[in-house]
Formats: sequence, structure tokens, C-alpha cells
Amino acid sequence: MELAAVFPPLLGSIIAGFFGRWIGVRGAQIISCAGVVSAALTSAWLFNDVALQGHARTVEVFTWIKSGSFVAPWALRFDTLTVVMLIVVTFVSSCVHIYSIGYMEKDPHRPRFQSYLSLFTFAMLMLVTSDNFIQLFFGWEGVGLMSYLLINFWYHKASANDAAIKAFIQNRVGDLGFALGIFVVFYLFHAVDFGTVFAAVPGVAVQQIHFLGFEVNGLTLACLLLFMGAVAKSAQVGLHSWLIDAMEGPTPVSALIHAATMVTAGVFMVARLSPMFEFSPTASAVVTVFGATTAFVAATIGMTQFDIKRIIAYSTMSQLGYMMFACGVSAYNAAIFHLMTHGFFKALLFLSAGSVIHAMSDEQDIRKMGGLWKLIPVTYVALWIGSLALAGIPLFAGYFSKDMVLEAAYAAGTPVGTYAYWLGIITAGLTAFYSWRLLLLTFHGKPRADHHVMDHVHESPAVMLLPISFLAAGAVCVGFLAYSWFVGGDRVGFWHDAVLILPGHDSVAAVQHGAVPAWAENLPTMVALAGIVSAYLCYMVWTGLPGFFCRTFKPIHHFLYNHWYYDILVDRFIVEPSLALARGVWKLGNGTTLDGLGPRTLVAATQYVGQRAVRLQSGYVFHYAFAMVIGLVVLVSWFYVNG
Amino acid sequence: MAGWPILSLTTFLPLVGAASILAIRGDAATVARNARNIALWTTLATFLLSLLLWAGFDPNVTGYQFEERADWIPAFNISYHMGIDGISLFFVLLTTFVTPLCILASWERIQHRVKEFMIAFLVFEAAMTGIFCALDFLLFYLFYEAVLLPMFIIIGVWGGPQRVPAALRFFLYTMAGSVFMLIALLVFYFNFGTTDIPVLIAQGHTLSSSTQIWLWLALAASFVIKIPVWPVHTWLPDAYAEAPGGAAALLAGVLLKVGGYIFLRFSIPMLPIGSEVLAPLVYALAVIALIYVSGVTVMITLAYGDLKKWVAYATLAHMGFGYIGMFTMTTQGLQGAVIVMLSYGLISVALFCCVGMLEERANTRDIARFSGVVETMPVFAFAMMVFMLASLGVPGTSGFVGEFLVLVGAYQASSWLALFAGTILVLGCIYFLWMYRLVVFEKAERADSSGLKDLNWREVAIVVPLVLVILWIGIYPDSFIHETTATVGDLINHYQTALAQAGSVAVALH
Repeated sequence: MELAAVFPPLLGSIIAGFFGRWIGVRGAQIISCAGVVSAALTSAWLFNDVALQGHARTVEVFTWIKSGSFVAPWALRFDTLTVVMLIVVTFVSSCVHIYSIGYMEKDPHRPRFQSYLSLFTFAMLMLVTSDNFIQLFFGWEGVGLMSYLLINFWYHKASANDAAIKAFIQNRVGDLGFALGIFVVFYLFHAVDFGTVFAAVPGVAVQQIHFLGFEVNGLTLACLLLFMGAVAKSAQVGLHSWLIDAMEGPTPVSALIHAATMVTAGVFMVARLSPMFEFSPTASAVVTVFGATTAFVAATIGMTQFDIKRIIAYSTMSQLGYMMFACGVSAYNAAIFHLMTHGFFKALLFLSAGSVIHAMSDEQDIRKMGGLWKLIPVTYVALWIGSLALAGIPLFAGYFSKDMVLEAAYAAGTPVGTYAYWLGIITAGLTAFYSWRLLLLTFHGKPRADHHVMDHVHESPAVMLLPISFLAAGAVCVGFLAYSWFVGGDRVGFWHDAVLILPGHDSVAAVQHGAVPAWAENLPTMVALAGIVSAYLCYMVWTGLPGFFCRTFKPIHHFLYNHWYYDILVDRFIVEPSLALARGVWKLGNGTTLDGLGPRTLVAATQYVGQRAVRLQSGYVFHYAFAMVIGLVVLVSWFYVNG
Repeated sequence: MAGWPILSLTTFLPLVGAASILAIRGDAATVARNARNIALWTTLATFLLSLLLWAGFDPNVTGYQFEERADWIPAFNISYHMGIDGISLFFVLLTTFVTPLCILASWERIQHRVKEFMIAFLVFEAAMTGIFCALDFLLFYLFYEAVLLPMFIIIGVWGGPQRVPAALRFFLYTMAGSVFMLIALLVFYFNFGTTDIPVLIAQGHTLSSSTQIWLWLALAASFVIKIPVWPVHTWLPDAYAEAPGGAAALLAGVLLKVGGYIFLRFSIPMLPIGSEVLAPLVYALAVIALIYVSGVTVMITLAYGDLKKWVAYATLAHMGFGYIGMFTMTTQGLQGAVIVMLSYGLISVALFCCVGMLEERANTRDIARFSGVVETMPVFAFAMMVFMLASLGVPGTSGFVGEFLVLVGAYQASSWLALFAGTILVLGCIYFLWMYRLVVFEKAERADSSGLKDLNWREVAIVVPLVLVILWIGIYPDSFIHETTATVGDLINHYQTALAQAGSVAVALH
């Protein structure tokens, strides 16, 4: 029975992918949808059985890798954390599968698309059910791979290729950290399965080990390296820019992978590894700072963007920051709660945005929209619901989870917790502002698109509206329905020991015991309302205001509009020097020293370098990645020599 | 069946095939057709025969199995001694598995002197199998040299336009290496009065440290060229680029693995002190090779260079992994090294075959001349994707299992090593994804790709077994790892005991 929660999507994917030619497009769509829907039903049953009835268990499928004490089976672990993730993944995935039938209607490669979506779902399910670090890594890389393939679904577009490769490489940089983290774990614990490792954590919490010439706390090191994987996967500052470019992919992909599921894997990982992070306050503090900073940075950029999908992508990144700092202040349960509500309302926002794009003949720039609300009323309402939930307006899902996250940060009482709380508050205001900016610019005011586009504006078909309505219902209800289980009175009986929170760290308990004063409790809602009102004033009443601000604070606007100059800085300070170095090394190695056997080789090599030198200026994405690694190598060698 | 000399049968069956090809008479077309068929069926029979080895192999026994011994030159105490253990088993299987695939890959490409080509191929297979089965140093050396000749001829006769210099270079470089091996062989013989490998393994560690180090270097000198290790790799790209597709595949897939095999069979067990002292050298060379080769591959991609050269470098980048794994002398490192060599054997065969398929269609190997291949060749694109993912070490493919285990071992030896070796995770995907993008994705506007036909049945028969085995190793590697457990455990014990007895070297595993 447990297998039925994980493997049907794999089957669906294989059938749709390989036999699409024989069963036809419709057949492929039905098979793949059937796969995920049946997984969703099984998940619902498992949710009841595991989380509500308390029957956590692990099912071992068969041996995978076994080498000495390095033993990693294929196993499915079902505890509360897993079944919550199962619900989010399978339900959102089902919605996206069905929605895609309508959205991709004109695409010639529909079977392949459905197959990829199902395969992604399978990888994600393997990730959340993993019982050891290696299977976690399998799922982790698997979802990364599917993300690559799906961003690149329209493989003839150069920009999609760029974005896909960037996503894969940036994630690989994180995965390198993840892998090193696993090696440290194995070095410390001589095991890679969660059970053994978690049980042994208290015993090794103070063990020092040598790493790259430094003597450091082994557990903290392991946590930080593993967290590096989470930074890339969950688009935390530093390795985040791939997420924004990933919007090149089809919109259903953005909804499923780059909003609701894959990008939350980092948060899931930190929660899953709570027995390790709990014993390393340093690592938790780093997680908090990363999360809070990410939330704030993403929101500031989101205010200035015009591409409807990129705005939502920045809001995703920002919300991931919230979840991350919740983990950092030991409010893992609140983080997962927010992860779940966010999964519903963010998927809703993306699918609605997809519906808008569909209606607008593939236009994504909100400057060229406007006046749509009467034409596509269902989408309009759906986007309202999603935005209300995102902004954390009372009664909507986001309100319950986001407020709990913020209050927990406040209640943690640590300096980093306070930092997170205040940045979180500012971010809440900014979030509400840019959400309504998006809503108002898209649906209100005069239509700014030309009449060809406007004539074609139409409400999406039922096959798209149905999943949207389902998610909308979720965005309204999951908050108050699940509050008590996740962070309310029933939380102990609900979570069992799926996450570990040390007695002194339980910030959610502190919130429930009234550690947060009334003003701090109400502040998020106030700020959100203020954000909505100012957006209304800026875009409906005094429409000259935004332009005035942009002109007055031009440097700041530039700074935000250009994504905090992140890509430019990376280019200038990492890419260019490293490339010069790489070129030098290559020239030295190939041209003169090793193969200087004849003038022919030398001439050819020089020409080669010359041609390349021209190309190297062009700023291809992967130069940048190559340079990043060379930079890393140089840096490390330097430390090695001098330290 | 116990009494049957299965190893000798497996080794020499291809020669029987070669002899019967020699006997074919008739007009050119008949000869070509029959030669191809005989070669294919002989190699398939050899493969089936080698499966018997796997079936009959007892993974719980240390030491050698299927042993055969006959007096050969009794006056010098040299015997014909064959046998396999858990490590050589998979090298034999790799050889017998990929040879029929490489023959299929050469099916249409080779149009003149088919008979001679197939004979050379079969002789090559016999010698390769012999290398992995020999338990006598002299016998090993003979097989080792015997491999060279057919490959030299294959490159020199059926290669591309620059074939003659490439073949010469290949020959000279590898011959130079062999000289050092011959010297090592003589030193062993004069010290112990025998060339029997098990005896040498049992006694080798009694040699003084300095002798061990010199012998180690002499052995290494021969394989660093053949493998080849940076910086003596320069013969390789030319040889590969010029060799016909199937032969390049065999060269990369099997011949390159001999180096690793020699480390496992000779250097580590016979010369433990030498290995211990010089392990950092291996690490350093492997890491340099890895980063340097990645760099070159990136550059080739950027310059829209020769696809075959690209594959030559791309597969080379991973070779260092095997060596790193073995010298960590950890269970994970050693088992990982075996899997890595097996896996990259398959992957390099696969990639060279893929390039060969493109070359057969478009008559060019320039990356610049391909784009949007996926539009016309979806089956090819899928297979290529699997091979690429395996090269990138994506979990679920064979590449991951080996690579990851090696890195686990490497970390136990040194965190620096794991970090540097781990950079391949990132570097590899730069050039692989970019090449794939240029050749397979994007619009089919830059190039001749528009008229390309998708794979025919013969080609499907090449890629499907490779895809399946790569996934098999990735998903259920236990069928492979398990067979090596006893051998690897024994090797580690032997090594540690020898070091402890020598006592002079602190067991410094960092």
C-alpha cells in the first residue's frame, strides 16, 4: 500500500514517455494524471494513518548501495513530516497535471511534458520519503535534473537553454556542498541512515575534526555543508539567481517545481535534519540569517519587476526565506506549516498567472496588461485569493502560517531571531505592496495591450479552471483547518518525533504560552494592510507616484531593478579574473609546455586561444559557472598554501 | 563443468573466430558479410561464456577462482597460470560485453579490408581478456604487448586522414612505457625467482622501501602513458580522433582500464610501502588531470571543436577517479574504484558509439555542424541523455554509485582530496550540458542535422544494452559490489598487515 504513494507517477511517466506514440496524446495525459491522482489518494490515506493515527513506519524496498559500513537501502520512511510533504506534492502535482492538459493544448510534445511532470513527481516523492542521506541525494539530484529538463522543455529557445544550464550548475555547486556534508556525516557517524545518525548526534555534538586545514566542530560543519545544498535548492541568497531565470520554462512547471515543491526541498531537508541542527546553534543561526536576508532581498527586488512570472518567483524566494528562518529558530513545525499553505497559494498564483498569460497570447509584461478583470473573472478572483493568502490577511491560509513564523522568530528571543522578525515584518509590507501592484496593473486601469491581443482575451477552459478552483479552496481553508495540528494544541500528538525540538528551543511553544506581546502579534497584519493601501494609492489614485519615486531615488531603484547587481558583481569579481586565470593555465598547459612538439601544434593552439578569447567576452552562463569553480579552486589552494 | 578451462576458453575463443575468418574465401561482398557475422557471433559466444564465470563465481571466497596452471618454462619457474578474483571478474565481463557492441558499431563504417579489420578486433579482444586473467607476470606482459599491435594496425589502416602519425605516436608512447614494465618484471624475477603473481603478492612487501618505490615508479611509468595520466596524455586525443568509431570505443572503454587494473593487481598488493608513500602523487596527478582535462573539454566545446576529441577528453576527466579511489585503501574507495572503472568503461564506449553514429550520418565531427538533433533523432537524443547523466554522476545511473563511493573513501583520506575531486560534479556538467545543448538542442538551423535519420535497429541494439546496464548498476549495484567484497576486504587486510610488518611507515591515513 505504501508503495502506491510513490511509484504510480513513475509508471505513468514511463508509459507516457515511451509509449506516447502508441497510446496517443490523450492516452498519455490520462495515464500520467491517473498516476499522480492515485498517489494523491494513497497519500491522503497515509496522512490519516501516519499523522493522525500515529503509525509511523519505514518500508524497505531493496538494497541499493552497500559497501562496508556505508549502507543505503531504497527505503520509504513515513512519518508526519513525510506525509505532510506527500500531501503537498501529490495534490499540487495532480492539479498541475490536469491544468497542463489545457495549458499545453497547442504543444506538439504533450506526452513528453506529462511524462516529465510525472517523473519529477516521482523524484520528489523519493526525496521526501528517503530514509538515508543517499536516497535524499537521489531525490535531490533527481528533482534538479527534472527541473533542468522542464525549464528546457522548449529546447529550441536559447534563453531556455541558458536558464536550464544555469539552474543545473548553480544547483550542482550546492550539491557539492551537500555531498561533502554527507562525507562528513559518514566520517563522524560511520553510517548514512537517519536512524543511526540521529541517535548518535548527542554523543558527537562536541567532536572536533580537521577540515581543509582547520579544526572545526564536526557537527556544525556537517550541518553547514548540507545547508549549502539547501541554499542552492531553495534559492537562498548567494545561489538564487537560477530560480528567476527558471521562469523561462512553461508556467505549470513554475507552479509545480519552482513554487510549491522542489524549491521547498531545502526547507524540508533542514526540518528532516532537525536532530542535527538542534545540536548546532551556530548552524541554526546561519540558517536564520540566510533565511531572513533572503526574504528581504527578494521582496525588495520583487517590487520593481514587470514580468508577471518573475514577480511571483521573487515572492517565492522571499517566502522560502520565511520558511528557512523559521527552521533556524527551531520552529520547524511552523516552517512546514508555511511550506504547506504556501504550496497551495503559490501554485494558485502561478496557475492563475498562467491563465492570464494564456488569455493575453503569451504576454508576460504587466505594463502591457490592464483592464482584464471583467474579461477573465474567475482568474481574477483566483488571483485575489492567492494574493490575500500570500499577504497574510486574516482567515486566509497564509495568515495562520506566516504569523506563526514571525511570532516564533520574535519568541525565540535570540539576536538572530529578532533580526529575522524585523526583516520579516518589513518583507510582509513589501509583499503586500507588490502583490497588489501586480493585481492592479494586470486587471485594472485602461487596457494597455493592443486590440489584437485584447480581442483574443478569453477565460481559460474548465480543465484549467478546475485545478485553480481546487487550489483556491486550499488557499482559503488549509490555514484554519490544519492550524491546530501543525502549531496549535494538537501539535505534540500530530508530529510525534518526526522533528526534534530541544526543550529550551521550542519557540512555537513559547508563542502558545504568550511570550509574544499583542503589538508584535498584530504588526504583520497591520503592515500587510498598509502595503495593500499604498499599492492602491500608487496605482489607482495617484498613478504618477511610482514614476516620481523611481526618478527621485534613481540609484536605489536601479540597484533593486538590477537584482542588487548580483549577476554583475559575480561577473566582475569572480568570472573575469578566473577566466583570465583559466585561459592562462590552459595556454601554458596545452600550448607550450606539454605538447610543444612542433610549430604546427603551437600555431594551432594560438589560433585556438585567439578564437576563444573572443568568445570568452560574451558572458555565457556557463563561463560564469566554470569561473566560479576555478575561483573556488584558487581560493582553496591559496588557503592551503598559506594556512 | 568444474574441470573445464573456462578462462582459457574465454580468452582464446576469439582467436578461433579470427582463424575461421582467415579461412573465408569468395568475392569481396561475401567475405565482408561473413567476416562481420563470424566476428559478431564469436564475440557473442565469448560473452555468454564469460557469463558462466559470473554465474559460477563464489563471492565469499578470497583468493583466485577458475584457476588453471600448466608448466610453461619450468627451467625458469615460469608457468601458464590463469585465474580471476572479484576484481578481475568485472574487467573480463566488461571486455566481453562491449566487444560485440563495438563490432556492431563498426558494421557499416568499415567497408574495405573488412576481413583484416575483424581479425584485428578479435585478436585485440583475446589479448585484453588475457590481460585480466593472467596470474603470471610474464604471461601478463605478453598479453599486454599483444594488445598494442592490433590497435596500432586498426588506427593506422582504418583511421582518419591523420591516421599514420596518430598510430605512430600511440605506438611509440606506449612502447616507451612497456620498457619500464619489462624492467620491473626482471627485478621481480631476480628477487624472487618466479613470475607467479600470487607468490609475488605474498612476498613483494619484503622488498626494501627504496626498491619498492623505484619498482612502483617503473610500473606506474608504463601505465601513466597507457591510461594516460596528465601530462603524458598527448598521444591520446589524436589516436582517438583518428581511430574508427568502434575501435576508439574499445580503446577508451577497455584498454584505458588496464592501468587501473595494474595498480590493483601489482602496485598496491606487491608494493604496499611504495603505494603508501606515493599515494599523494597519485592524488595530485589525478586531481590535476581532472581539472586540466575539464578545462580543455570546456575549451573544445567553446571552440565548436572535434566531437570525438571532446569525448576523448571528457571520458579522460573521470579516469582519475578510479585511481583516487584505490589509493585511499578504504572499502568504499576500492569498491567505488571498481565500479567507476566498470561504469566509465561502459560510458566511454557509449559516447564514442554515439559520436560514431553522428559521424556516419553527417560525415563530420565538428560540433559546429550539428544542432537540434533531437528534432530528427529523438531515440538518439534519449540515449545520449542517459549516457550524459551517467557521466555526470546523476544518482540512479552507474556513474553515481562509483563516483560517490570513491568520494566517500577520498574524504576519509583527506578532506582536500574530496573537495578537489568533488569539483568534477560541477565542472563535468559545464561541458556536458553545453555540448548537449549545442548538438542536440536549439533550433536545427545551424547545421546539416535536418536530414539525419534516427537510429536503425543495429544502432538500437548497441545503445539499449548499454542503457540497461548503466541503469542496472545505478539502481541495483549490489549485484556488482557484492562480488568484490571478499577480494577487496582481503586486499585491504593484506595491505595493512604488510605495512604493519614493514613497520617503517607510520600508517598515516590522515
